[in-house]
Amino acid sequence: MPDATGLELIAQELRDADPESVLDTVYFRDRAAVLVAPATVPATLQRLKEKGYSFLASVHGVDYFPEEPRLGVHYELLDMREVDRICVRTRVTTDAPNVPSVTPEWPTADHQEREVYDMFGVIFDGHPDLRRILMPEDYEGHPQRRDFPMGGEPVLFTHNERTTPEWWQ
Amino acid sequence: MSEQLETRDLGTVPLPGDVPAHRDQTEELLTINFGPHHPATHGVLRLMATLEAEVVKDVKPVIGYLHTGIEKTAEDKAYWKVIPVVERMDYLAYYFNAMAFCGAVETILDLEVPPRAQYLRVIHMELNRIMSHLVWLGTTALDLGAISMFWYCFRDREQIVDLFEMSSGQRMHTRYFQVGGVFEDIPVGWEQKVREFTKIMPERVDQALAILMKNEIVLHRLRNVAIVDEETLLGLGVTGPLLRAAGNPWDLRKADPYCSYDHFDFKIPVGTIGDNWDRMIVRMMEMKESVRIIEQALDALPEGAYITPDRKYALPPRHELATSMEALIHHFKLVTEGFRVPPGEIYYPIESPRGEMGCFVRADGSSKPARVHMRDPSFVNLQGFRPMVRDLYIADFIATLGMLDPLLGGVDR
Repeated sequence: MPDATGLELIAQELRDADPESVLDTVYFRDRAAVLVAPATVPATLQRLKEKGYSFLASVHGVDYFPEEPRLGVHYELLDMREVDRICVRTRVTTDAPNVPSVTPEWPTADHQEREVYDMFGVIFDGHPDLRRILMPEDYEGHPQRRDFPMGGEPVLFTHNERTTPEWWQ
Repeated sequence: MSEQLETRDLGTVPLPGDVPAHRDQTEELLTINFGPHHPATHGVLRLMATLEAEVVKDVKPVIGYLHTGIEKTAEDKAYWKVIPVVERMDYLAYYFNAMAFCGAVETILDLEVPPRAQYLRVIHMELNRIMSHLVWLGTTALDLGAISMFWYCFRDREQIVDLFEMSSGQRMHTRYFQVGGVFEDIPVGWEQKVREFTKIMPERVDQALAILMKNEIVLHRLRNVAIVDEETLLGLGVTGPLLRAAGNPWDLRKADPYCSYDHFDFKIPVGTIGDNWDRMIVRMMEMKESVRIIEQALDALPEGAYITPDRKYALPPRHELATSMEALIHHFKLVTEGFRVPPGEIYYPIESPRGEMGCFVRADGSSKPARVHMRDPSFVNLQGFRPMVRDLYIADFIATLGMLDPLLGGVDR
């Protein structure tokens, strides 16, 4: 893991290459993460790849509801030679959930980006085949969002009998 | 007369069944639907294969038939109640699912796990690795037509699940790993039973190899079939035995030791060319190495607590509840609300039988996780299936799927 100083050095290098890219750095429990602007994700990953982080271990989505921008996409990068990990994060709003796809450069992101799209509704521009992957094709909504209901039926008690219309049917 | 026949130009004579040259060859492609309900898919995996005669030209996996929304369910449960649900993702590697989740939560909490608990975890995980590989070997050999292998493997697997039953009360999905340690200490006599098992297991692996190594069907289906080079596999994010079969000795137990794996002496089997044969041998040898790890862990099993003494996270012992007010309060808080976890985000990777299993946990300060995501190796490795089976015969297609070893509970979650 890059230590806190190493992370700042990497962030500074990324800033030098593109001043718009790095928005924040997070160092938590010996894990390093950089928060970047959505549009700069492919370029950032490419720069980190040149630094040795050549294995994309995981792409996953997070919903930061009720914070804004709500949706997050995390890219876990791994340097197999130095055994070093860094996380690249980006945040988008639900109104414009667009992130450029990294699938052309990182084929492993194919299924994982489709999963993030399926579960959170993040649209990966430039993905060759952006369809739902786990949910049925005709499913509506993105179930992993925090405001998506858990489902299930309400349990009927005497106190909510009156507010549950037609409960005897 | 015979001279005339021999000198005839054969090139101009159309033979019956010849395709006229003006017809496009792609017209002959046939798309077949394989699964989702097919015993050789090892679950409910649907594969849309495009065939040209008997040769696979392209394949598209269609998944989601086993999707149960475990990640969503986990967001509605207290941390310690998440463990039983995540165990049901990769249902042959339940200790690994629990370990990835517990490890992530422990890292956010900055919680120390006692050495005895770490060793007990290692023993259970390695037993689980052998069990998972035995199920893989049995079912894959069954796909190749070797039904006796299935019985031999399940005989040995039974022994392992009996050990799990003895240590935790359950054969599968044991909920044995807890945040901060393990649920309870191993019972008396368990160690001897494990030693009995580790004594015979290497021999059993050799017996299985003896059955398979000289079998002509196995040799035809596995040797030099479905070769994929290391670069392609790395690009597709494939890890675990599939990557090691291609010659890359990447194993998180060695590279980035967690749970005191650095205390043990073991080797990482690697293949040479990355064909189906290497994939099989790598897994067989891994079973032997796991046996070595278990034996070393049993020899050096430290005394002491099996779960963290921090009462904020671990249940107090039963006898304390009758005498200690604090124990009763802690017990009540833990079983009603559960413990709270400070805000933070952690990705915690471990080496499961199928590759890198990473658990991402986002805590928001409450007693329930705000997000639990498993980077399941089966889900990612499945993308490697297309380069593996391209231009293979349909019979090799089944064998290759078996050697890929996808676990559909993990793929769909």
